[in-house]
Amino acid sequence: MLFFMETVISGLLAGVMYSLVALGFVLIFKASGVFNFAQGVMALFAALTLVGLLSGTTPFTHIDNPAFAMPAWVAIPLTIVVMIVFAILVERFILRHLVNQEQIILFMSMVGLAYVLEGAGDILWGSDVKVIDLGLPQGAWDWLLDGYGLYIEKIELVAAGTAVVLVAFLAVFFQKTRIGRALRAVADDHQAALSVGISLRSIWIIVWSVAGVVALVTGVVWGAKSGIQFSLSLIALKALPVLILGGFESIPGAIVGGLIIGVGEKLAEVYGGEIIVAIFGRWYEIDPGIFSATENWFAYVLALVFLLFRPQGLFGEKIIERV
Amino acid sequence: MLYRESGQFKTGYAADQAVFPILQDRWGMLVMLAVAFIGVPMIMDDYWANAVFIPFLVYALAALGLNILTGYCGQLSLGTGGFLAVGAYSSYKLMTAFPELDMILVLVGAGASTALVGLLFGLPSLRIKGFYLAVATLAAQFFLIWLFYKVPWFYNYNATGQITVPPREALGFLVTTQNATPIVKYLFVLSVVTVFAIAAKNMVRGRVGRMWMAIRDRDIAAELIGIRPFKTKLMAFTVSSFYIGVAGALIFSVWLGAAESGETFGINESFLVLFMVIVGGLGSILGSFLGAGFIVLMPIGLKNVLVDWFGMSAVFAKHLEITTFGVLIIFFLIVEPHGLARLWQIIKEKLRLWPFPH
Repeated sequence: MLFFMETVISGLLAGVMYSLVALGFVLIFKASGVFNFAQGVMALFAALTLVGLLSGTTPFTHIDNPAFAMPAWVAIPLTIVVMIVFAILVERFILRHLVNQEQIILFMSMVGLAYVLEGAGDILWGSDVKVIDLGLPQGAWDWLLDGYGLYIEKIELVAAGTAVVLVAFLAVFFQKTRIGRALRAVADDHQAALSVGISLRSIWIIVWSVAGVVALVTGVVWGAKSGIQFSLSLIALKALPVLILGGFESIPGAIVGGLIIGVGEKLAEVYGGEIIVAIFGRWYEIDPGIFSATENWFAYVLALVFLLFRPQGLFGEKIIERV
Repeated sequence: MLYRESGQFKTGYAADQAVFPILQDRWGMLVMLAVAFIGVPMIMDDYWANAVFIPFLVYALAALGLNILTGYCGQLSLGTGGFLAVGAYSSYKLMTAFPELDMILVLVGAGASTALVGLLFGLPSLRIKGFYLAVATLAAQFFLIWLFYKVPWFYNYNATGQITVPPREALGFLVTTQNATPIVKYLFVLSVVTVFAIAAKNMVRGRVGRMWMAIRDRDIAAELIGIRPFKTKLMAFTVSSFYIGVAGALIFSVWLGAAESGETFGINESFLVLFMVIVGGLGSILGSFLGAGFIVLMPIGLKNVLVDWFGMSAVFAKHLEITTFGVLIIFFLIVEPHGLARLWQIIKEKLRLWPFPH
């Protein structure tokens, strides 16, 4: 039972990490209808930039120069500035030209953007694995380990805490502020928003900047867990099933979807093999290890089965079809 | 002056519905085929075959397959890499299980088994649409790759987990392994691709293609005029997977000679083929070829320019190449979202009026 608890909790915490990535997707999709495939690479790029600033790396040369190393309170705002500049560039050079294009074209341009950012990150900061040191706690949570025998990593709890704060912040931002209302107006109807005098361009810049900040948080949290390297950009792929499970337009959906996927994945990883053997073991000789390394596809299949019953996802807006 | 249909009168329905109704197009096509079948083999050597022509042709075939599904039937799929892997692994199983089998039959078998898998993964498309479907097809991609890596039966229980092609013949000519001459390999792939391209061209202008396009343009309206979405979508998935399966078999057996599921047929392949379809032009047979040519040749060209002309280090050039690739993709999407095929159409329109602009 304890082991089961541990599995579920670590699944939940991993799910929070997925939700973080999915959140960036949802924000941009809501405001501009763009399916931002580059979110994962944005996380990588933001984290690389932060590490580069923290260790005083000179861009293009990849040489650390401790004299230029910045303290975290300078480096973090500076990275946010970089992400805002990035948002402005994306709006200026891509989105502005692709208004009213079909969704698939927008999607492919985002894949193209992912390539650009990936190459740019490597050229600027080098492609070796980096360690991020923001003083985030590492190792197991002693108190739980000693008291209840539960093994939970501190970093995952920090991630969960960060996610909660971020979501609360975004909820307030979306519901209470003037900009948030404008964002929701744009999400509801582009043309109506334009007609009441909301500037689409500045809204896009704001949304991409917010997504950039979410990417930075994601990059730091994931990077602290597994080092900052190319594989970080692949977490975008993990966010996709979370998205379709929760529904593309829904922030609560991204969070609940992330939790479901996180727990489901962990349970499948741990118990899937045993269940398969219990069912088919009578007829076939099956190695219980067959169900290992399923984390690459299990989430997708789970989401797929789920979609068969609810094509718009958990919290997605009901799809109304007209001729 | 040169490209004009005036004076070419059609005297029957057959002439009116020909694949290439304009004389110049027919001649152009014949010249192209003559160059491809007779001219190109004259300059063929190992480098040209393995770096340029064979990859171009097999990717064109894969792009054709995806274009049928995405361009003509409107179902966005990101599972191409997985289906290519099904083609490769089923051809391997067929080649090793029946050593006497002719390569042509192997290809048909590989295509058929991929078509079956495609049919299976096409089932959700009846309820799921748009991006939800695209993400759902990623399930196929990741699941299939995992399957081929996890179940040793697929790679005949060998220790490395790789599949390596055995020497096999098509109509008496050796076409696989290093020992086959590049000319034979090239001609074999070219013939296969030609046959499939002609079949696709005829499919999309016939009843089936019209059904696909009706579903693509507005599926509910199509349903109302009596097109069954169930049958039509599944047919698109099946035919498309057949094409992709044959392409996968060719990639493994003729081009690369060895493959490993995750390495050779990863998610990147899916994106590459989708890029080809979009850069070439959605819903265009010609576009599949143009797109494949562009995406296959561009990295080679870029690498030559960056490394040989500017003398950059290989690592830096690699990164710059990725960035440039992305920039070019975005540039293309902005300048001509309808792809290279649309550019060709514009050129043709201009040629008709040339040299008088009005």
